[in-house]
Amino acid sequence: MSNLDTLESDLLTAIEGAQNETSLEDVRVHALGKKGKISEQMKTLGKMTPEERQVMGPALNGLKAKITDAISARKSVLAEAALEARLASEKVDVTLPLRPSPAETGRIHPVSQVVDELTAIFADMGFSIAEGPDIETDELNFTALNFPEGHPAREMHDTFFFNEKEDGERLLLRTHTSPVQIRTMRTQEPPIRVIIPGRTYRCDSDQTHTPMFHQVEGLVIDKESHFGHLKWVLREFCKAFFEVDDIKMRFRPSFFPFTEPSMELDIQCDRSGGEVKIGQGDDWLEILGCGMVHPNVIRNCGLDPDVYQGFAWGMGIDRIAMLKYGMPDLRAFFDADVRWIQHYGFRPLDLPTLFGGLSS
Amino acid sequence: MKFTLSWLKEHLETDASLEEIVERLTMIGLEVEEVTNRADRLKPFRIAKVLEAEQHPNADRLRVLKVDTGEGDPIQIVCGAPNARAGLVGVLGKPGDYIPGLDVTLSVGKIRDVESFGMMCSERELELSEEHDGIIDLPEDAPVGVNYAEWAGLDEPVIEIGLTPNRPDCTGVYGIARDLAAAGLGKLKERSHEQIRGSYPCPVDVTLDFGDTKPLCKAFGLRMVKGVKNGPSPQWLQDRLTAIGLRPINILVDITNYITFDQGRPLHVFDADKVHGNLVVRRGKEGESIDGLNAKSYELDDSVCVISDDNNVESLGGILGGEPSGCTEETVNVLIESALWDEDGIAATGRKLGVHTDARYRFERGVDPDYMMPGLEYATRMVLDLCGGEASQAIQTGTVPENNNIIDFPYSEIKRLSGVEVAQAEANLALKSLGFWISGSGDTVKVAAPSWRPDIEGKADLVEEVVRILGLDRVPFTPLPRTGTVSQKVLTTGQIRRSRARRALAARGFNEAVTWSFISKEQAELFGGGAPDLALANPISPELSDMRPSLMPGLLVAAQRNADRGFGDVALFEVGQIFQNDTPEDQKMVTAGVRRGTAKLQGAGRHWSGASDNVDVFDAKADAEAALAAIGAPVEKLQVYTDAPTTFHPGRSGCLKLGPKNTLAVFGEIHPRTLAALDIEGPIVAFEIYLDALPQPKSKGGRSKGALNASHLMPVRRDFAFLVGKDVNAETLLKAARGAEKNLITDVTLFDIYQGQGVPEDQKSVAIDVLLQPRQKTLTDEEIDAISKKIIANVEKSTGGTLRG
Repeated sequence: MSNLDTLESDLLTAIEGAQNETSLEDVRVHALGKKGKISEQMKTLGKMTPEERQVMGPALNGLKAKITDAISARKSVLAEAALEARLASEKVDVTLPLRPSPAETGRIHPVSQVVDELTAIFADMGFSIAEGPDIETDELNFTALNFPEGHPAREMHDTFFFNEKEDGERLLLRTHTSPVQIRTMRTQEPPIRVIIPGRTYRCDSDQTHTPMFHQVEGLVIDKESHFGHLKWVLREFCKAFFEVDDIKMRFRPSFFPFTEPSMELDIQCDRSGGEVKIGQGDDWLEILGCGMVHPNVIRNCGLDPDVYQGFAWGMGIDRIAMLKYGMPDLRAFFDADVRWIQHYGFRPLDLPTLFGGLSS
Repeated sequence: MKFTLSWLKEHLETDASLEEIVERLTMIGLEVEEVTNRADRLKPFRIAKVLEAEQHPNADRLRVLKVDTGEGDPIQIVCGAPNARAGLVGVLGKPGDYIPGLDVTLSVGKIRDVESFGMMCSERELELSEEHDGIIDLPEDAPVGVNYAEWAGLDEPVIEIGLTPNRPDCTGVYGIARDLAAAGLGKLKERSHEQIRGSYPCPVDVTLDFGDTKPLCKAFGLRMVKGVKNGPSPQWLQDRLTAIGLRPINILVDITNYITFDQGRPLHVFDADKVHGNLVVRRGKEGESIDGLNAKSYELDDSVCVISDDNNVESLGGILGGEPSGCTEETVNVLIESALWDEDGIAATGRKLGVHTDARYRFERGVDPDYMMPGLEYATRMVLDLCGGEASQAIQTGTVPENNNIIDFPYSEIKRLSGVEVAQAEANLALKSLGFWISGSGDTVKVAAPSWRPDIEGKADLVEEVVRILGLDRVPFTPLPRTGTVSQKVLTTGQIRRSRARRALAARGFNEAVTWSFISKEQAELFGGGAPDLALANPISPELSDMRPSLMPGLLVAAQRNADRGFGDVALFEVGQIFQNDTPEDQKMVTAGVRRGTAKLQGAGRHWSGASDNVDVFDAKADAEAALAAIGAPVEKLQVYTDAPTTFHPGRSGCLKLGPKNTLAVFGEIHPRTLAALDIEGPIVAFEIYLDALPQPKSKGGRSKGALNASHLMPVRRDFAFLVGKDVNAETLLKAARGAEKNLITDVTLFDIYQGQGVPEDQKSVAIDVLLQPRQKTLTDEEIDAISKKIIANVEKSTGGTLRG
C-alpha cells in the first residue's frame, strides 16, 4: 500500500507542478498512458491472488479516478490562467480619441433651418410653400403689385436690372418675394394660404445690408379673412417661432403699395445686454410689414376685390434667424466660413418639428 | 422729416407731453425714428465775457484773453479767432468739456509757452452751423455764467419721423399737427392766409409752353415784391431752420425753406433784377445747362422741365433754382414762385440728374394743389413782414386740377377688412377731423378726400384712415379657422428633394454654405455661363456681375477662402438655383459640394487610426450617389459616363445618368486649368446634382412594400479573377457578370484590382465575388459549375479578357 501512497503523492505533486498544458499532458501520460505508472500497476492485477486483487483493485481504481480528477482540475486552472494572460496582453488605451462621425461634423445653414422651422409652423396652420423665379419681370415685381411707374416707392427698392431686350423689356432680380403672390393668385383658385420663402436682391451693401438676402412672404386669400385674422396668425407665429409663451406686440400703420391698410409689426424686446432678447424687456423691435391685400392687386390677378379679400406679410429670414440665434453680422451668412457654419449651423438630424420642438 | 416740439405746438394746441406725442405719432403711422436735443451735448457750455485781449508774445495771430466766466477769478485763454476782442460775449468750453464739432475733450494746454484754460467756441465747434470764421459773438447783454444752450433756446426736442411715401401732407409740420389732432391729441390751429392786394400788376409774365407734349407743369403762381431789404433772418427763423439741420442763408431764401417744412409747400424766389424779360416754363433743350444753387452744373434735355427767361434757363422747375438768378443779401426786387409740377416728371428728372432736394421730395410725392395760391400769399406776407417792400398783384397761369375724388363708402367695409366693429358716428368723426367730406346717410355714404391726400383712392384707404385714427389695438385677435383636422403634406416634390439632399449631405460631414447667386463674368464663362441675358446691367461689383450657371465656382472659391484662413480641409455644399437663361423654366434647382485637402468622409488630416489621403474622384462620386439615393433616384439603374464637363479632370470625372441624355449628376477632380483660372489650389473635388432632372416619382397604388422574399436556402459565393485590357471599364465587367444568370445572381462585388508582376503590361487582373441565392432547392455542384461557366463566358465575351488561371 505504501507504494501506492507514494505514487499518489508523487503524481499529485507533479500535477500541481505542471505550469502549462504540455507539462500537464506529460504528467498524464506518465501516470495514465499505456505505459504509465498507474496503467503498469493495473497490469499487475491479473497476477494477483483474489484476496490481493480484492484489496488492490479498488485502491488502484480509486487512485486512477483521483489522478484523473486532479489533472482535469489543474487543466481548468491552467486554461483560466492562460485566458487571463491573453486578456492582459490584449489591453488597449480606450482613452484614445475617435474621429468624429460625419453626421456629427456636418452642419445645416441657419437659413435652411429657419425655413424648415417656418414650414413646420405654417404647415400646421394649413399653409403650403409657393416659390417663384429670381429673375422677374417689371410687371410682376412692381406694376401688378400696385407700384405706379416712376413712383418713389419703386426707387426705394434699389433694383438690380438686366440689360434691355430688343422688344424694350427689361428683366430684373426680384426685390422681394411678393411677385410670387401674383403668380400664385393668377394660377390658383382661392382659398389660398401660402408662404413664400426665397432669395431676394437689392443693390445695397453695408453692415446690415447685403446685395442678396432671404425673405419669406405670407398670403391668405379667401372671402372672409381680415386684419383680425392677420393679427392672430402673426401672434401665433411669433410665439411659436421665438418659442415663448407670450409676446407683447404692437401694430403700427405704415405704407406698402400692395397692401391697404398696411401695418408694421413691432415685438417686445430687451436690448440692455449685449444681444437682443425677444419676448422680454420694454423696448420695441420692428420685425415685419403686413396688411390687407390692396384691391388693385386682387384686381390685377383677375379676382373681384369686392368678393375676395385677404392679407399678406413679409419679413427677412436672415433677420429673424439673427434675432433668434444671435448672429451679429448679416454678411457672414454668405461668406461660407466653416468656423461660422460650425458655430451657428444645425446638426443634420435636428429636423425642426412642432411635436419635438423647433430647436432643442 | 424733422421738426421741433415748439414748431409743432405752433399748429397744435395740446397739453400732451413729449412722450405722449411721440407714442401717438408712431401709432398713427408717423413713425418716430429719433428724438434728439442739441442742449444735451451743449450742457457744459456757458456764456462768458472777454475782459482783455492782449497780443500773444510769441505768435502774431494769437491773442491772450482774460475771460470772465461768471464765477471766481477771470481765466486765461489763448485764442486765434480774428474777432476775439475785449468786450466780446461768447461761449466758453473748459478743460474736461467735449467739443462735438472737433470730437475732442479739452484739457489745459500750453500754446507757444502761454497756458490756456479753455476755449471760446465757434458755431461749427458746437455743431450749430458751418460758421467758423470767428468765435460766437453774442449780444452784449447776454448773461455771463448762464448755460448757453438754454439761453439760446436750443434746449428743445427735435423729433424725426420716418415718413412713408404715401403721406405728402405730412412733409409739413401743419399736416403732422392735423393728424395728431384727429387722433385726439389736441386741437389744430386752422391756418388762414389773407389775400394780399397788390398795388401794381406783376411786371413779369409767365407762359406754360409744352407744345403737344405732356405738360410737366400744371399751374404756376407768381408775384413780385419790390423794394425789399434782404439780409440775415431774424433769430427765431434761423433757430427753426438750424434746429432741423438747414443752413440759414438770407431772409428771402429762408422763407421758402421755412414754408417748405411748415406747410409742405416748396417755393422759389428769383432776384427779379437778374431775370431778363418774361418767364417760360417748358421742356429743356439739348445743349442747355444750368448752374444750380447747390453749386453743381447740369446738362439738360427735353425730358427735363425748366423755367427760362429771355436769355437763360433760370431754374429746374420744382427741383432746384439756378445760381445766377438766386436771391442774395443785395436783392431788392424779388419774384416769388408757387407752382404745381407733374409728379412723374419731377421724379424722372430728379432720378436722371441725381438731384435730391427738399422740393423734389415733396413734389414727386404730390403737394396739395389747392394750397398753391395760399402758399404764395403766405410767402408774400412773410416777405412783407420781414423785408418790407411792395407787393404786385399775383398772377396764375395754367389750371389747378379740380379735386373730384369721391368714393362710395359702405360702412360695412370697415368690419369686412379690419374685423373691428366701428360705429358710424365714430368713423365719421375720424374722417372729418382728417379733412374728409361726408355726404348722404344710411349704410353707404359718399366721401370726398381732401386735396392734400392724393394717396386716397378707394374704400380700403378709408378703412385704413378710420382704423389708423381709432387705433389698431381695437382690432381683436381672431383665430384663422383650421382647414382640416390633421395637417396635410404641403411640400412639393422639388422641395422635398432639396430638403433630403441637404440633410443627407450634411450627414456626410458637409457644411452647408449659401453663396451669392451672381459671380464674376470670368467664373460664369468658365462654367458655361456668362451669356448677355444673364449679365446684370448695374452690378454692385465686377465680382458679382453674372447669374451663376453652376454652384461649383462659388463653392470652389469659398473652399479656397477657408484654406487661406488656415482651414484647408473643408467640405462645403450648397442647395440653390442656377440660371441657364432668363426664363423661369430654366432656373434650375441643384445641389453641389466640394471637398478639399483631406476632407474625406471618415474625417480629415492625420489620426492615430490612420491618416486621411487627399480627396479623389471617388469621394465626389460617393457623395453624388448618396445624395441621389436620398432624393429617391434609382441608384441601381444609374449609368456612369465619362463625358463630364471640361472643368473637370478628363480622366478623373464622370456623369451619373438615367439613359444617355438625362444627366443627374457630374462629379470628379477639378481640372488643373480650372484651378488656375479660379486662382485656387487643390486637391479639390466637386459634384453637382440636377435635382429637377430626376423624373417625378410615379404615384403608387398604395404604400405597401410587398411581401419579403427571403430564401431559407444558404447563399453560395464564388470568386473569379479575370485578366482584361487596362482600359476595360469595371462597369462593363460587372454588368456581364450580373447578367449571366439574373435569377440566381443577387450581388457581384469587385474586391481586387491588380497590375504588376505576373500580369501582362497592358492588362489588369480584376477579381470579383459572385453571390448566388438559390430559391427553390440547394444548388448541385454541376449547377454551380454551369453558372460559373456562363459567368466566365459572358465576361470574356464583353471584355475580351480571360479567366486568370
